[in-house]
Amino acid sequence: MATLFVQGIGLCGPGLADWAQGAQVLGGQLAYARTPTAVPPPARLPAAERRRAGAAIKIALAVADEACQRGGIAPALAATVFASSSGDGANCHALCEALAGSDRLVSPTRFTNSVHNAAAGYWHIAVTGRAASTSLCGFDTSFAAGLVEAAGQLHADRSPPVLLVASDTPYPEPLNATRPLPDSLGVALVLQRQGDGALARLTLAAQPPQASTPCSDAGLEALRQQIPAARALPLLELIARGGAGHVVLDCQTGLSLRVDVSQP
Amino acid sequence: MKPVAITRMTVTSALGAGNETHLQALRDGRSGLAPCRFEDVALSCHVGEVAGVDAIALPAELEAYDCRNHRLAWLGLQQNGFRAAVRAARERHGSQRVAVLLGSSTSGILQTEHAYRHRGPDGALPADFHYAETHNTGSLARFVALALQLDGPQWVVSTACSSSAKVFAAAARLMELGWIDAAVVGGVDSLCLTTLYGFNSLELLSPQICRPWDAGRNGLSLGEAAAFALLERRSPGMAEPQGWLLGAGESSDGFHMSSPLPDGGGAVAAMQQALAGAGLQPGDIDYINLHGTATHNNDAAEDRAVQTVFGPATPCSSTKGATGHTLGAAGGVEAVLSLLALQHGLLPGGLNRRQPDAELQSNYVDHSRAAPLRRVLSNSFGFGGSNASLVLGAA
Repeated sequence: MATLFVQGIGLCGPGLADWAQGAQVLGGQLAYARTPTAVPPPARLPAAERRRAGAAIKIALAVADEACQRGGIAPALAATVFASSSGDGANCHALCEALAGSDRLVSPTRFTNSVHNAAAGYWHIAVTGRAASTSLCGFDTSFAAGLVEAAGQLHADRSPPVLLVASDTPYPEPLNATRPLPDSLGVALVLQRQGDGALARLTLAAQPPQASTPCSDAGLEALRQQIPAARALPLLELIARGGAGHVVLDCQTGLSLRVDVSQP
Repeated sequence: MKPVAITRMTVTSALGAGNETHLQALRDGRSGLAPCRFEDVALSCHVGEVAGVDAIALPAELEAYDCRNHRLAWLGLQQNGFRAAVRAARERHGSQRVAVLLGSSTSGILQTEHAYRHRGPDGALPADFHYAETHNTGSLARFVALALQLDGPQWVVSTACSSSAKVFAAAARLMELGWIDAAVVGGVDSLCLTTLYGFNSLELLSPQICRPWDAGRNGLSLGEAAAFALLERRSPGMAEPQGWLLGAGESSDGFHMSSPLPDGGGAVAAMQQALAGAGLQPGDIDYINLHGTATHNNDAAEDRAVQTVFGPATPCSSTKGATGHTLGAAGGVEAVLSLLALQHGLLPGGLNRRQPDAELQSNYVDHSRAAPLRRVLSNSFGFGGSNASLVLGAA
């Protein structure tokens, strides 16, 4: 068991502009209408890094920024956990194409951006953040893995808040055919050990495998099944509805993650 | 942090399969690096290629996971009784209480590189390309969990060259949280065109064998490796510890994607945090296993960081002249080499240094020698400004 408090949320995805609008959709006050993901420009990045940042970096930074603003924390002080199934798919495709060519000429920027922790690196540069940062991957269950890692960091006697960012962007063809992700989606949570002014209290527990909780809305449920980072949506739904209850998140085959949500 | 027992460890690299060949190679000052003959790579460089990986056959039920990275992982798992030790831990704690947290930088990308060379007339990848099982960064943890029949929390940390040091820290945290009783940690990374041509594009690949801490160092040599350690909560029936994880430190540079802070500030923070976590003073460390990639800037920044924390006395070396830079596996490899050094009272010398660099102040050790070691600090720093340091102790 581990208890943590959600201080701020960032959200960006198909038909989900940000947490302000997304909370209304997830809370049932506003009908869900799927439109292509619109990612705001990464205002925080220095000019050189802004030129080099691809879609995967931009969406991660956008939701990270929103969560920090809403959570009222200084982003430079936060430790971070970046969870993504695929990293930067367009960048990966461009590298594989270049390496399949006869001259194998690789762009240094593309190579640098190919690391799974590219978004984390750009974020820490953008906010001059020197705190610890982890980037991880658990395929479809990357969000749950990130949440467990964030809980571990918060409880390991560390004072700063932990910023958890889960995001995914689609691959171009031909990789898209082997891993179809219809659009980009990012979720960020500012997590603290203490509950002052928090949006919700989360209690995490590992349990034997159980069916994961679906979204209430059919359109959002489709998203949940299509994009790994959207596995966070049932949790956000519960928070947006301001009630108490629990959700079950897929952890992996041998384990489920139960998250109990209550008012702080 | 509470010390965590390391009850089994194993390393497979260009030096050979298993701990014995590594120990012997460190004693003899032997390098596993050789001029690159990997696939049809036309780059003038040295690499640390593991012999026999192509010939490894995975069990039939894991066939979908077949790729160089998982063959190398499989080879590594067979060494030093590692599978038997994990089986015993699983029986003691239950499969859901044993985590699999591993580091990898490029996972099975070589498989995807091959697939891109064999696209169909419609541009599609070949039908036998398995994305989830080989390409996806998380596939290594899934593969190892299946191979070892473990059901605990499992993921891959991918923070470039600090990846498999950070999983030691993540496992310790899950143990402190009470979620697990044991964890398989470590890292696997294998040679691929992405890293060979990528580091070449950044002009960080040495045309000769890499020479850490040398005045004329001019880049790294890439290697591949699989390293695993079994961490356990101290409990009745626990196997005899081979060593201890005493502390871990992690930090970010927040400075540049591919260059370290020139003053080594991020590395300083990671080392100081690792020492604080272990409740130790700099003088308590008997040997530092440097990140020591042999690129000009990395070694210079790390030297400044070591000076800031330790001053000029503490013996240190980089073992990358022997193994090459194994990227996402480097933290795991060097943790195991550090544990072997502790266990056998061996202070490993760095290799290939011809001319000491007058600018570097650390007490760099060129030749392996016997020395009673109690505690070792191991550094791993990566792209994106990701820093990790581990403090390991003798059993």
